[in-house]
Parts: sequence; structure tokens; C-alpha cells
Amino acid sequence: MVMGDLKFCPKEGLSRWVEELSREHTVLVPQQAGDAVEFLPFAEGSELSLDRQPTAPPKKSVFPQTETLMRFEYQKDPEHPDRQTLQIKETLPGKEKTVILGCRPCGARGFSVFDPVFGQGEYLDPYYQARREHTVFVSLACRHPENTCFCNWVGGGPADSAGSDVLMLPAGGGYVLRPVTDQGRQIVEVGGFEDASPEQQTEADRLAEEAAENLSPAPELEEVPDKLFELFENLDFWELMAAKCISCGACTYLCPTCYCFNISDEYSGLQGKRIRTWDNCMSNLFTHEASGHNPRPTKAQRLRNRVGHKFSYYPKLHEQVFACCGCGRCIKSCPMSVDIREIVLSAKEYADE
Amino acid sequence: MNNPYLPEIAIVKEIIQETHNIKTFRLVFKDPDKMEQCVFEPGQVGQLSVFGTGESTFVINSPPTQKEYLQFSVMRAGEVTTKLHSLKVGDQIGVRAPLGNCFPYEAMKGKDIIIVGGGIGMAPLRTLLLYLLDNRQDYGEIKVIYGARSPEDLCFTYEFEQWRQKGADLVLTVDKEFPGWTERVGFVPAVLAEEAPAPMNRVAITCGPPIMIKFVLKGLKELDFADEQIITTLEKRMKCGIGLCGRCNIGTKYVCVDGPVFTQAELNELPAEL
Ligand code: SF4
Ligand code: SF4
Ligand code: FES
Repeated sequence: MVMGDLKFCPKEGLSRWVEELSREHTVLVPQQAGDAVEFLPFAEGSELSLDRQPTAPPKKSVFPQTETLMRFEYQKDPEHPDRQTLQIKETLPGKEKTVILGCRPCGARGFSVFDPVFGQGEYLDPYYQARREHTVFVSLACRHPENTCFCNWVGGGPADSAGSDVLMLPAGGGYVLRPVTDQGRQIVEVGGFEDASPEQQTEADRLAEEAAENLSPAPELEEVPDKLFELFENLDFWELMAAKCISCGACTYLCPTCYCFNISDEYSGLQGKRIRTWDNCMSNLFTHEASGHNPRPTKAQRLRNRVGHKFSYYPKLHEQVFACCGCGRCIKSCPMSVDIREIVLSAKEYADE
Repeated sequence: MNNPYLPEIAIVKEIIQETHNIKTFRLVFKDPDKMEQCVFEPGQVGQLSVFGTGESTFVINSPPTQKEYLQFSVMRAGEVTTKLHSLKVGDQIGVRAPLGNCFPYEAMKGKDIIIVGGGIGMAPLRTLLLYLLDNRQDYGEIKVIYGARSPEDLCFTYEFEQWRQKGADLVLTVDKEFPGWTERVGFVPAVLAEEAPAPMNRVAITCGPPIMIKFVLKGLKELDFADEQIITTLEKRMKCGIGLCGRCNIGTKYVCVDGPVFTQAELNELPAEL
């Protein structure tokens, strides 16, 4: 870390900084909306709600729940009145910069799971890439992990910087700002902050450490990918794990690392659009084929794929990184109290026997 | 940047009614440069788009050596295929192709070949067969067993003679006797057992209805084919076709990019989730 890189933002200075940023960017900040804390555009007078984990992660800022991939139009061919010509128009996102400020480190880390899939493989996703490139994440390090948090199990932590551009570390009645990327550095510069003092830095580190100590100790999960693979055929195990599940899909929608999507057409008259929408692998329809065949007809098989993808297939394909950032949202949001930590631990222990 | 979701516009040049529920479409890209640039390998697939309804995946069944059009055979089964069946010559649709992997035609060089197809399953095999016949000197014996329920359910009947002339040993069969039918009678797996191709230096490629595949695989085992010698092409519900949407995985493999062609040995390594 270059000296002078760390800045200090006093508590009162935060809204001024956000206001300043909102002149040239859309700035999404967590705000109270009914019972939920949601990322909403900052406007004058907006109150930041930074005390608890936002209800949904900032996933949709880069990967919207519904987005138009292209528009299409049929036109009558004047020379052959019984024929229609087809036109397709790509609809890529604009280039406006968005700043997400006040997400948790786990929320930003979610994108480090998306990136290898959407931005580094054989096929690149231009929609994702355009948004990702134009979105800056300023994450707030956690001081008080909740009892559903387990970021430390999966390589994260209350002050993890993976996926973030700036880390805000609470200290001295304000925040020590630690830029992680060049984009982050530019955002911090906008605030015109003073350098953080050595005392402020020490306090920030201490508070981050304290927060980390408040998490439940991380079990050794290194062998879990192989163990889950071995457990694949053990349907009894998966039936037990899925016994309570009602296939509602709440767990997938709020998950910062779930990226499965559907593509469908909306059409009226001679024109329409092709859209992509979040999909839900816990639903029976997800793999239902036109022939009526379904490779995953039971909820046990679907849960097996969801957990398998996160803790076995994805890590095997992407350098042993788990496709879960331990945010605990699936645990909090599940109406039936299915707990992914218990499933992972049961898999580990089951195979340990 | 190249947008992998964006189909090219193609024009329906010719439609062949193969059976009561199977049609073959010959498509030409509207942009002649795209047609010229389109290179693919036998076994690769295309996504056909009927805008307003959606996309569906089909193996390109014309051989790569044939450059004038891309050919797809479509069995009417769901929404998209029903729409495809209502197309007329001159209509325009979207095509994303080529996608996916291909038959290991290089590794098959110098070997004897047994192709076993059933019904619409002959379509993916046709691209390979025509490629092999166009490069006849590179391959040993090329035997094809192709069967359907009845003579009316066989596709590509109009080119059987040509396949034979170009050097394929074509064995045709239907499930039971039909008036005027002079070829074999019996289920494909039974005919395979009768033909009993020796596994020595041979590759078997099969595609067809799941139940046929099951018994063909069993038959090949009984003939002592090793799993490495058996190749099949999988069908799965797909959406993106480019390994992103998470729809088509079997464990760590995505059928859309890692397939559709797999050897039996590769399939054995995958979790049992077909
Ligand atoms: S699986 Fe659960 S804990 Fe893991 S990232 Fe998704 S919502 Fe968070
Ligand atoms: S939220 Fe709970 S009940 Fe709903 S699909 Fe997920 S695990 Fe099943
Ligand atoms: S069809 Fe989307 S991942 Fe294979």
C-alpha cells in the first residue's frame, strides 16, 4: 500500500462525498424501504442506512433481474407481400458510471464469482461487461457480523476487498478509505479527503480484526468439492438435506453469486424484444425439457445441483474458489430454515466417517 | 465486441418434408460474407431463433464441405419447433452457429466406423457421415445402421442411394413388415447384434431415442466395444448455448460448450444426471 493512499472520511463528510459523486454518477446507497434495506439512487436528503446488511445484495446493478438483450421487428416485404423481413437491434447498456456505496464486502465479492464466468471465458457477455466496467463498488467493512454470516468460511472476511474498488473501514468516528483499484482511487479523490493518520489506520485494522473474531471459526472446507462429488449418487443424503425445502427459490434470488438466467421473447404486433431474466434452479421447470423429460425432477436433485455448483463444480472449474460469499442471505430468507452451512458441514462430516 | 447472443439473420432457402413430423430446413445467411466465413466442424450445433417464440438447439446436419447453406432437421415437439414448421421458403429467422464441440473425426482417421441411428437421430449423424464419405480414403469400412418405426419415419430417404454409391455400407431397418419394404426388419439394437461389427480398430457413433441408445450401448458392450470407442451426442434443454446461463450442466460439464459430443468413457466420469 502506497503511503498517502489511505484517506479519512469523517462521519459528517460522508453525505457530502456521496452528494459530490452523485453529480456525475448514479450513486446507489442502502436506504430503508419499508422493512427492507435496499440500494436506491441517492437524491438530496436521502438517508443512508449502513447499520445492517442490505436485504438484497447489489447484484442487480450489474446483472438486472430483467434486461433487454435485443429488439426485433418484422416488416412486410413490399416486393413479396406474403413475406416478412426481419430486423434485429442489439441493446447494450449505456456508459453512465454507477457507484454502489455501502454494500458489504460479501456483496461486492459476489462479482468476483461472476467475473470468470461472464468476463473471462470463451464467450464474453457484453451486457455484463459493460455494466461491470462502469460500476464502482465502495464496500463498508462490517463491524458486527450477524449470526448467519460465514464469509470467513469461503475466503472472505468482514474487511475483504475482493470485488470492491474502495473499502470503507470504520474508525475514529468516521471511515478510513482504502482504494483497491484505480477506479476506486479516482472516486476517493473526488472527496478531497485528508490522509488517514497512523492512529486512525491502527484503529481501523483493530476493529476489522475484532469483527473477524466475532465470526464463528471457519471449518476446513478444502476437501468439500471432492466430497460433494462423491456424495452425488447418495440420494438419501440429498433427500434428507432437502426435506424441508419447498422449492420457492427465495435463496437464489437474494444470492449475490447465483447467476442462472432465462432468455425469452416478448412480442406484440410485429415487434418485440428478447429479454434475459434471473432464473431459479430450485424450480421444477428449470430443466424441464420439451419432451417432458426432466433430469432433475425432485427437489433433492435440485438442491444437490445448487449446493454442488457452489461448493464443488464451480471451485473445480475456477481455481478452487467457492461460488458462495457466505453472506447468509439464503439462510435468513428461507421460509423453511434450510441452512447451507449445515449442508456443507454434513457433506464434510458424512464423507469423513 | 462480438455479441454471442445476437443471431445472424438467415433466409429459408429450401424446406424438405422428411416425415409427417420432421422437416429439414436449408438456410442461407442474409449477409453473403457471413455465409462465406461460416466454418464449422461435424457435430456442432446452431441455435435457431423464431423471434417472438424463442430459440432451440439443433445439430447442423449439412457437412462442413458443403458451403452453400446450413441444414437443420427439426421434429415438431414444442413451441419453437411448431413455429419452425410453419416457415415458408423466403422467410427469415435468426441463427447462432456454430456452437459446441464436434465429432472426433481426426482421431477416427484410419479406423473402421459403425454409425447407428434411429429416427431423427440420423440428423446429427448425417453431417458426420457425409464428411467421412467426402474424405472416403481416410477411413476404413463405413457401416451405417439406420432404423425407424416405419418406412415413412425414415429421414433422408432421397439420398440413401448416394450414400451407398459414395461407399457407405447402409443397413436400413424398420420395426415391422410393411408392404413394399425390401430392406431389413427389426429394432436397431437387434440389427446391430446381427451385423456384429468387430470392435477391433473401430469407432461406434450412435444417436437416437433414449431407449434405443440404451440398448445400442448394451449391444456394443456385448460386442466388446470399449467405452472410449463409443461416441454419442447429447440433447439437453439449453438457453444461452455459450456456457453462461447455467441451464445444461451435468456436474462440471456444460453440454452446450463441452458437448454435445461425448464418448461413453467421458459420460461415465460425469454424475448420473442425464
Ligand atoms: S449461497 Fe447463501 S450464503 Fe452463499 S452467497 Fe448465496 S445467499 Fe449468500
Ligand atoms: S429458500 Fe429455502 S425453501 Fe425456498 S428454495 Fe431455497 S432452500 Fe428451498
Ligand atoms: S445452455 Fe446456457 S449454460 Fe449451457
